[in-house]
Amino acid sequence: MSAAEVVTKLQSDKQLMFLDQPLAADATTDIIYMMCPMHLLTIEDQIKDLDGGQILSILTDYDGALEDIPDWCKKTGNEFMGIFEDEDHYKFFIRKRKPSG
Amino acid sequence: MKTIYLDHVATNPLHPEVLEAMLPYFRELYGNPLSIYEPGLKAREAIEKARESTAALINAKPKEIIFTASGAEANNFALKGIAYANQNKGKHIIVSKIEHHSVLNTARFLEKSGFAVTYLPVDKYGLINPEDVEKALTKETILISIIHASPEIGAIEPIVEISRIAKQKGLILHTDAVASVGNIPVDVQALGVDLLSFTAHQFYGPKGAAALYVREGGRIVPLIYGGIQEGGRRAGTENVPAIVGMGKAAELAKRDLQKRMDRVKVLRDKLITNALKTEKVLLTGPPEKRLPGHASFVVEYIEGEAMLLLLAAKGIYSASGSACSSKALKASPVLISIGIPAHLAQGSVVFTLGEETTEEDINYFNETFPQIISRLRGISPYAKGWEGMEGSSCTVQK
Repeated sequence: MSAAEVVTKLQSDKQLMFLDQPLAADATTDIIYMMCPMHLLTIEDQIKDLDGGQILSILTDYDGALEDIPDWCKKTGNEFMGIFEDEDHYKFFIRKRKPSG
Repeated sequence: MKTIYLDHVATNPLHPEVLEAMLPYFRELYGNPLSIYEPGLKAREAIEKARESTAALINAKPKEIIFTASGAEANNFALKGIAYANQNKGKHIIVSKIEHHSVLNTARFLEKSGFAVTYLPVDKYGLINPEDVEKALTKETILISIIHASPEIGAIEPIVEISRIAKQKGLILHTDAVASVGNIPVDVQALGVDLLSFTAHQFYGPKGAAALYVREGGRIVPLIYGGIQEGGRRAGTENVPAIVGMGKAAELAKRDLQKRMDRVKVLRDKLITNALKTEKVLLTGPPEKRLPGHASFVVEYIEGEAMLLLLAAKGIYSASGSACSSKALKASPVLISIGIPAHLAQGSVVFTLGEETTEEDINYFNETFPQIISRLRGISPYAKGWEGMEGSSCTVQK
């Protein structure tokens, strides 16, 4: 499936939320030019250093992230806040879940 | 027969402590660093420890080090990776005419892929004038790659001055520091470079381990895709013993650098002073701004290869310069760039000293070298002069 097809499918599934403006993030990681599975490994690695409620931003040009990052958020209980489409890459925003209890 | 190794710029023997550090990773600690059980975890730990000492040698952060298999790979990675990552900003690259072939040929490859490349000239000592860098800039320039020190003529380039220009214009600066790291102090902060290539076997580490320093936050397109090694920037199962060896060698180089430099410089000066007493022997490269263990000459009327063979017969191992001159029978582009005519460039010889070189070795060399020159000139058809050769081109005339 092409990136455009993935976007259409995910938008119809209401999984993709494109933002008009980038959000303010507490931490940003640039993994532009890195491919699968660096996007998921990097999120796991970076989110550990954040407190619950803080926002992580991931910069990537990997099209597979369009599907994988919202999925990862669903599986791990972190909040997927949306994507800002920049000139040549995507900015993903994830809010770390607060510890339960 | 005693042998004297004066080709340290080609490679170096493994330091015994380096070998000791590597051996367990050939034997019981053979795990894949990605495996999540004990041997894998031990291998991963060893790589990260090596990354720390490798980074410390050039005053970098461990996460700024990407291990590669060779200096040539690091240079290819730097040029292609930065060119492709920044091609939307511009497609012009500046290199010098005295770069190693892993930079020059990569630049030529990029030219075929639509990039424009400026090859900067050097002066008679092989030094780049930073003003020439400034003059070569265009609004399309994205990358400047200038060698830190020439393995062929020992010249140490003014990287600090060039980095000021690069910073002012917001350009990326790479330096090939293969010949300098481990031989002179190299500090990426002081130099102001964004990328730097270096290799372990230049400082008594193993072959097969090298690194590219990429300043934190710098984007680079990987040369090799396929795995998560090196943060996804260089795929492939790591050469753990070699990386461990590079880490140990870096630790020793950091500890012993000043001592190594002080010792070889005295011996190198003795060698140069003596060699220049023979008529028609010229020092190539700068007399001062050169690598401390590096002496290079052109000897008139005879061929470098002939000198190497006779020196080897006397137990002295040395080199005649670049692969161009020694294998392809072409005059070295570096020597041509510093204005040495093609017929003189054939008489190129390079002597590079190292940790085990002794005063006795240099005394023996100093006795032997003039005898060999004299013997070869005795049978050289050109010994009476270069009649008809002065206008010769790059390729040897037979």
